Amino acid sequence: MKIMKNIMATVVMGLAVGMTAAPAVAETPANMLVIANRIDDITTLDPAESFEFASSDVSRNIYSKLVNFNPLDLKAGYGPDLATSWTVSEDGKTITFTMREGAKFASGNPVRAEDAAWSLQRAVKLNKTPAFILTQFGFSPENVDKTIVASGNTVSVTTNKRYATSFVLNSLTATIGGILDMKTVMQHDVNGDMGNAWLKTNTAGSGAYKLVSWKPNESVTMEVNPNWYGPAPAMKRVIVRHVQESATQRLLLERGDIDVARNLNPSDVGGITGEAGIKVASELRGRLMYISLNQKNPILAKPEVRQAIKYLVDYKGMQDSFLKGQYVIHQNFLPATFLGAIDDAPYSLNVEKAKALLKKAGVGPFEITAGVREAQERLEIAQSLQNTFAQAGIKLNLTVGTGKQILAKYRSRELDMYVGAWGPDYPDPQTNAGTFAFNPDNSDEAQLTGSLAWRNAWDTDGLTKEVEAAVVEPDRDVRAALYGKIQREFLKVSPFAILFQRIEQTGERDNVKNLNLGGAITAVSYWPVTK
Amino acid sequence: MPPQFLRFSIKALKTVGSILITMLGLMFVTFLIGRVMPVDPVLAVVGERATKEVYDAAYHAMGLDKPLLVQFGYYLWDVMHGNFGMSLLTARPVSQDIARVFPATMELASMGTFFGVFLGVPLGVIAAVRRGSWIDQVARVVALVGYSMPIFWLGLMGLLIFYGILGWVGGPGRVGIFYTDIVPVRTGLLLVDSLLAGDWDVFKSAFSHIILPASILGYYSMAYISRMTRSFMLEQLSAEYITTARVKGLPERTVIWRHAFGNIKVQLITVIALSYANLLEGAVLTETIFSWPGIGQYITTALLSADMNAVLGGTVVVGLIFVLLNIFSDLLYQVFDPRAK
Repeated sequence: MKIMKNIMATVVMGLAVGMTAAPAVAETPANMLVIANRIDDITTLDPAESFEFASSDVSRNIYSKLVNFNPLDLKAGYGPDLATSWTVSEDGKTITFTMREGAKFASGNPVRAEDAAWSLQRAVKLNKTPAFILTQFGFSPENVDKTIVASGNTVSVTTNKRYATSFVLNSLTATIGGILDMKTVMQHDVNGDMGNAWLKTNTAGSGAYKLVSWKPNESVTMEVNPNWYGPAPAMKRVIVRHVQESATQRLLLERGDIDVARNLNPSDVGGITGEAGIKVASELRGRLMYISLNQKNPILAKPEVRQAIKYLVDYKGMQDSFLKGQYVIHQNFLPATFLGAIDDAPYSLNVEKAKALLKKAGVGPFEITAGVREAQERLEIAQSLQNTFAQAGIKLNLTVGTGKQILAKYRSRELDMYVGAWGPDYPDPQTNAGTFAFNPDNSDEAQLTGSLAWRNAWDTDGLTKEVEAAVVEPDRDVRAALYGKIQREFLKVSPFAILFQRIEQTGERDNVKNLNLGGAITAVSYWPVTK
Repeated sequence: MPPQFLRFSIKALKTVGSILITMLGLMFVTFLIGRVMPVDPVLAVVGERATKEVYDAAYHAMGLDKPLLVQFGYYLWDVMHGNFGMSLLTARPVSQDIARVFPATMELASMGTFFGVFLGVPLGVIAAVRRGSWIDQVARVVALVGYSMPIFWLGLMGLLIFYGILGWVGGPGRVGIFYTDIVPVRTGLLLVDSLLAGDWDVFKSAFSHIILPASILGYYSMAYISRMTRSFMLEQLSAEYITTARVKGLPERTVIWRHAFGNIKVQLITVIALSYANLLEGAVLTETIFSWPGIGQYITTALLSADMNAVLGGTVVVGLIFVLLNIFSDLLYQVFDPRAK
């Protein structure tokens, strides 16, 4: 009995220590922004290499670019950042940027035209995954020293042919366009890697913030860059905490231990709606949910079958149920708010029409297999498709796996069907047109694994040429109209059914103002945030 | 050379040899599984949008074009020189990652095991001594609940009640945001490091954050330990020597703790060691719910992303723990039971 008393005393004492350390009502400091987000996709912070969502969020706040988006006016499109103005040559191939005077890196080094040129040259020479955003303009490791050149206070960029200026500038707003402090980075050059190893875990930018630490799967901490040319941000410190579970994020938000929760599922969003001290913000993002049909399957290659399948999707049912608040119906490959975006939505669930089309194609009941990544909403979409497909005699089997497992098969053209998502790489229509509707070589040997059209063995039915024409069109309105036309044709003939566009719902403490996630075109910006 | 020393040396060499062979086999099997499972490790590095050119360059840079045995040979050579390679996901040496995540798990597991032993052993003894009584019934139900309830659910409920509603404990994470990176890292065990630094505020914050996940794990551990303790005690209490001791007039306390409990210590060591080892390999679900940056999450994330360097490094550490704990419990046998020498 004495032992039991001792045990109880120790437990009570322990709890007392624990309890006194936990405040009854927590609150983050007024000049600190604490965000809960899943950041386990960060594998590198080098702008020439990083291509994940969470690392893009970090990069946007640490690296300034030649041109950039104002988070308080995304509709205006790109505007001056480290370049205050630019001119375009007569032949349309050279853009010359004039650099901002007096800008400095976080290290204190001045931002020079040489830094800008070197940063872009470096990205091309390293040739990591996002390099295609620059190399698509004809830059290569062999020619980039001559095609991206610094001279005095200017940087000139010469492309291999005339492109729409908006296309080039939109591409430079991507993460890969981040301008690096060449002097600082080259101090960490190892065996000619141009600081790549060092920049995976460090930063050398001139943006509003600088990196304090990145602890993988734990947190990213940034603090204000005193050398930034813009107005001093109200949030002196930004901490992004990795919190995997939606329920945990919700609890943290309700307790006031965080200011923003970015991965709340619909039921947790419903739970906090109307709660005192908390608000829910919704923002349309660029990610699209789609299904695609491999044209190597002779049944799926029939135009009537492609059409039929588009009528076997319960768009509204899904939007209004398990996707409620998280996705909105969108059937075109350019996300809403992009230049050239249209809002045509000709398809809805129509089993009878689908059956008629299948009959016209001379196709009886058949079976196909779809690859699905093991993410909740994708599985639910796939299960809904199983149900509606079955009503027209199509048996849909699902192969579920991790992203890496399913992607490997998708890239090898091994799947009949794919249920997945696609996010734009940069805020220009070419990013999605160039992957959904562009396939210059449909052979297996071409291995254009980055192209969705290629992955589905679709030769684009002539749309490749139209995409090539749109990307060089200098007139913005004409260009927009061209993409509209491509999308309308795409709706009719493609083996893709674009289903939904993502809405990101965040839970925020109601004192958080001006948090902009970047819409469909860019990443989150912390510098305008106030509390 | 004295015969005793010779015997000891031979025994030590056999033990070391056994450890090395076990670790080699473990690493080879894990390596093989990593290479044959249908997850593309290159995609983890280059991302899904990589062109074939970038993909191929990464494939060659990672040595994946070489025969499996050659790849394993290179890996083994590096390990023997203390190099576990770079993690694809964290861009850091695996050894550095493990030095960061393992102490977090060790701290949690140690505290959980402490709770489990501290509460489970006395509970098991009392349940056995008062067999059939309400205490015994309560102990068995408590153990059953601990066994059956999904730890994921327990963790969420614990967070909701003790953190969300009552505010009695700190939330997810190892420490409050205000106390992050304040004390220098000496052991990686935040409670110890804060005490070494003399920072009572950090200690309190760390304690308030660890108490709930450790209690959840401790409950799970207690359920197992109390059941096993009860079972062992019942076996002893029904033995003739216990009857003899009682007939001889020994105090009941002496009969229970000195005689009966004394004879189950050796068995309990195995149970506790296994329980501790289970927790040390990382309670993934608990770490996920509580955003605890431990080895369980580390290995799981690495496995799902085919980050084989991280998986292998983590496997070596976990394998070594099991082996060392087994050896430790063997040594303790000999302390508590001279017949085992």
